[in-house]
Amino acid sequence: MRPRNVLLVLAAASLGAAALAAPLAAPRAVNDIAVSQTPLPGKLSDFGFFADPLRQFPSSGVTAYRLNTPLYSDGAEKLRFLYLPEGTSAGSDGEGLLVLPVGAALIKTFAFGEGDDRRLIETRVLLHRADGWTALPYRWNDAQTEATLAIAGGRVNLTTPEGEAISYRVPNKNQCKECHGVGGEVIPIGPKARNLSTAWLQGMVTSGHLDRVPSGSDKLPVWEHRSDAEAASVARAYLDVNCAHCHRPGATASNSGLDLRWEQDDPQALGIGKRPVAAGRGSGGLLFDVVPGKSGESILAHRMKSLEPGVAMPELGKSTVDKDGVAAVEQWIREMPSR
Amino acid sequence: MIKLNLACGTAVMLLAWAPYVQAKDVAIAAGEGAQMRLQEALIMAEPGDTLVLDAGKFVLSDGLSLDVDGVTIRGAGMDRTVLDFTGQMDAGEGLLVTSDGVTLRDFALENPKGDGIKSKGADNIVYHRVRVTWTGGPSASNGAYGIYPVESTNVLIDGVKVSGASDAGIYVGQSSKITVRNSIAEANVAGIEIENSRDALVENNMAVRNTGGILVFDLPNLPVMGGGNVILRRNLVVDNDTANFAPPGNIVASIRRGTGILVMANDGVLIEDNVLSNNPTAHVMVIAYTQPYEDERYNPFARNVVVGENAFGRGGDDPQMGGAEMLVAAFGGALPPVMWDGVSQGDTGLTVSEGVTGWSLNLAKPGQDPATGQPAPLDVPQPGYSFDTASVGAPAELEARLTS
Repeated sequence: MRPRNVLLVLAAASLGAAALAAPLAAPRAVNDIAVSQTPLPGKLSDFGFFADPLRQFPSSGVTAYRLNTPLYSDGAEKLRFLYLPEGTSAGSDGEGLLVLPVGAALIKTFAFGEGDDRRLIETRVLLHRADGWTALPYRWNDAQTEATLAIAGGRVNLTTPEGEAISYRVPNKNQCKECHGVGGEVIPIGPKARNLSTAWLQGMVTSGHLDRVPSGSDKLPVWEHRSDAEAASVARAYLDVNCAHCHRPGATASNSGLDLRWEQDDPQALGIGKRPVAAGRGSGGLLFDVVPGKSGESILAHRMKSLEPGVAMPELGKSTVDKDGVAAVEQWIREMPSR
Repeated sequence: MIKLNLACGTAVMLLAWAPYVQAKDVAIAAGEGAQMRLQEALIMAEPGDTLVLDAGKFVLSDGLSLDVDGVTIRGAGMDRTVLDFTGQMDAGEGLLVTSDGVTLRDFALENPKGDGIKSKGADNIVYHRVRVTWTGGPSASNGAYGIYPVESTNVLIDGVKVSGASDAGIYVGQSSKITVRNSIAEANVAGIEIENSRDALVENNMAVRNTGGILVFDLPNLPVMGGGNVILRRNLVVDNDTANFAPPGNIVASIRRGTGILVMANDGVLIEDNVLSNNPTAHVMVIAYTQPYEDERYNPFARNVVVGENAFGRGGDDPQMGGAEMLVAAFGGALPPVMWDGVSQGDTGLTVSEGVTGWSLNLAKPGQDPATGQPAPLDVPQPGYSFDTASVGAPAELEARLTS
């Protein structure tokens, strides 16, 4: 047995002893071995991210956050958390992703329903390990007492806040990577400084969890306050957050040539006057991705409004149309000057 | 249930030199829970493993994906193991492969909602005796591509069969070192398409009853451009007379019904020893990119295209283009086999072997309205451009997997 394995066994043994001694079965401190070593933890409780899982009260070292403009997931309420191991902190890198140390984790729970009727559906975790990030989906049981690893994903029948009865899709492990992959590596998508509030970042600095408030933070509009922002800013933020993890160089939809990142300013790359490449029937008989002034002639809007596999965008995690998102993108296209 | 059939100790010893010494077979049966069982096996597979799909119909609700290097998916035959995506609810393709060294063989996909099998950034991939069928026949509501490798190096497609694709049956995009052979593309809009790709060998295929049989394209505004060094030989390109059923907006929606082989904006394409018959618009069409574009990196010309000796049967007798009646009458009842737009960049234009006849629109520049052309019999030099056969096609080591 190699020395590292001996250490692992010892560590596991001591953890087991600690668990036996504790009054509750679920550990209240985060289990760093589960985060950074265990190949595929079978249960969400193995990590100990939550002091009260049902209420989603985080354990020590786990901090809740929100994004200014969030990714739409059939109207799910999303509870986002960042875990930093004791003694570590995040670094800033301009407006981009926070630099998170090995041993850190991002946790996102998807819930439907209000108040006492709220049901936790799934929790997705991104674990920063020595060999890179690992993405795993966990599905909550009916009793809401535990979420178990759903390596092959699954489907859950539920009703959205809009009242639509849908078959909600829990992604499989590969599908996690389809959105989180760039250049073959899994990376986080959400916690970019430009999409985080300055107040939250300042709080992280004050608590010693972040080196400084990054320059370029808090640039994306806050979605609920989008009526106060410019249409282009709202739409570009929406496309960045909802589409650009695939539609960017090196990612799943790179071969389309469409690059919807916030920082992209080439009109062709953004789809303006760009012909479809591999859209197939997704084009809906339209000639260009974006036709300035004409949202009804723009493939981008057409595919956002579809629910049909092979046409619908995004391809994954979508069982309903995001009406607000469509409205934001359509307004941007309508107000776009002709070229 | 997933059964693990570990190779016996002797076999392991014999195979000890192989890259994956602990390779195992994982058998997966059709029936209840196929979606979860199959997807879980695809995720839990380890490099070198073979997923053995039993005969039967696997009824699937969502797209499948594979992201482990060196895995083989092997069915019991393209007519015996069927992945049925008729009820697919999610994903843009039936099966997505994103890992290297994968072998897909002896199974079928039916009615995927989007593309059939897409392999993206998946180097050293082999497709062998795989079938993708849209069972309702040609329809604009069918998925776009049947077999769809993209952004990949070293691609071998052998003995596959695709029908009903509303774009291209076998589509290779933004890739290099490609062989497509011994395959059948029937009743698709485009039978076989090589797009924005280099070093491709397309041989011994049947492209029948498509709108266009075999297409070689280079398109602008894509991450990978500069397509060329392509050889199309010994293919049967016959009866490509299906009305175009592609949704408008896609490049293939502009393909004229009855096109045998179409080369558009490429550098170095050899067409020889093919049999072309009953392609009513043109057996061979060579043109520059026709649309306006903004991309300084892009070259819209068809350069160094060589039409060697081919067997040309009846064709060009019902061309789908303006002024067709007058043209056909002028040429005595049918257009000659090779159609060129006449657009060349310097002296790199079309050349044809002695005895190959054709006609030219005699256009001056890419994008010029064909109606302003001056149609006349083809008058181009004999080929001086030489092709290095060894530089095209998938590397030989991929072939070894066909016999294993």
